[in-house]
Amino acid sequence: MEQLVEQILEPHFNFWIYVILMMIGLWAVIAKNNLIKKLIGLSIFQTAIILFYVSLGVKEDATIPIKKPTPIEYSEKAYGGEAEAKGDYAAADKAPADKKTDGKTGDSKKKKKAYEKINPDKIANPLPHVLMLTAIVVGVATLGVALAITQMIFKEFGTVEEDEVLKVIKGGGQDD
Amino acid sequence: MLSKVFATIAVVITGGLLLYGVYDFPSFGDPNSPPNAGVEGGADSVSQYFITQTYNDSKVPNIVTAVLADYRGYDTMFETVVVFAAGIAIFCIMRSLGNANDPAKEKDEMHSFTHGDHNRIIIGTTCRIVVPIVQIFALYVIAHGHYSPGGGFQGGVLLGASFILLALSSDLNAALKRLSEKNYFALAAIGVLIYAGFGLVAQFLGANFLEYGVLQPLLFTDGPEMARSHSMLGVEIGVAFTVMAIMFSIYANLSTRGTLKNGL
Repeated sequence: MEQLVEQILEPHFNFWIYVILMMIGLWAVIAKNNLIKKLIGLSIFQTAIILFYVSLGVKEDATIPIKKPTPIEYSEKAYGGEAEAKGDYAAADKAPADKKTDGKTGDSKKKKKAYEKINPDKIANPLPHVLMLTAIVVGVATLGVALAITQMIFKEFGTVEEDEVLKVIKGGGQDD
Repeated sequence: MLSKVFATIAVVITGGLLLYGVYDFPSFGDPNSPPNAGVEGGADSVSQYFITQTYNDSKVPNIVTAVLADYRGYDTMFETVVVFAAGIAIFCIMRSLGNANDPAKEKDEMHSFTHGDHNRIIIGTTCRIVVPIVQIFALYVIAHGHYSPGGGFQGGVLLGASFILLALSSDLNAALKRLSEKNYFALAAIGVLIYAGFGLVAQFLGANFLEYGVLQPLLFTDGPEMARSHSMLGVEIGVAFTVMAIMFSIYANLSTRGTLKNGL
């Protein structure tokens, strides 16, 4: 049992949470009779996917994918030097800062070296964040459309319960 | 009842299969997993390029913004179009609904009588103070999206939320007086046009659609990197316009059943 937890549950707990959340959403979409509750289920489903993507981009001990301006850059800005020459991710760069102090005379080769020093393992993967950033906003917009359609159904049939709507539709078909 | 039994069976089977597949996934926080580092023996993951080369390419410290607005510019542009189309769809559904039912309209007006303005002094005053602060913070989020967490989508949602707060605290008419239906749809269209315009101008200058580097002479920048950086800001402003307008329109239409009167 302990082995199971250590080998399967612990390194994959994010996937377990996403599967469970997704199944809660799926169950609501299938089993619930109320259209609004179905929409809530869809939202939970979507949230599970967002969680899945974002958790894929996590790296241990990594920082956010934003370059931190180093103190040297600030001082060089103040003295009117080459401000943009030091493209270093502060968290990724474990090398001592004294190397950069002689950067004022730095040619383009030295600049290139500074970029190569960026350690991608210490910066979180930005791609899932980008994908989910747009997905969240589009999800809100499409949820709005779904709610609008639900309001239209309510106006047409006087109910948002699926079986009652179906009964009205079938009854109307027999009348014709 | 029967549907719930079937739903439970389906969910258990699907969930079981997914959990069975979980064992093959990379473990949480692994920097060498395929999405983070690429397939073993194959090419590097594209995120490696983004992390190491973004600052070289565009002088934008926030990699997420750079990927959003430049590398994946097409994606973001059509996401904005999707938001715009959703707004149009809600307009078509709800406004025809709102104009059709006159009895509901009267009921809504009756409903508004029940809560007068006299018991809203605390809420109204608080929101009047909070709304401008939210809006200024939203502008900061948009304008500073390159350098700190933020960008067009987030700032646009904040701006839309400030108008929704205004509508919640007093009346929808108070918010519509500041941002009327005509104006917010104009803003939404302008946002999409700004985004597409950056792409078209680049095309007229002989480059690919949304290739910002050639806008350098128009933006008076030092090099193509800074041109990319400034174009990203412009594109984010367009996104913010559209998102703000559509968020507010969704609220205004859904809360009034399409009549745009009184509201909650």
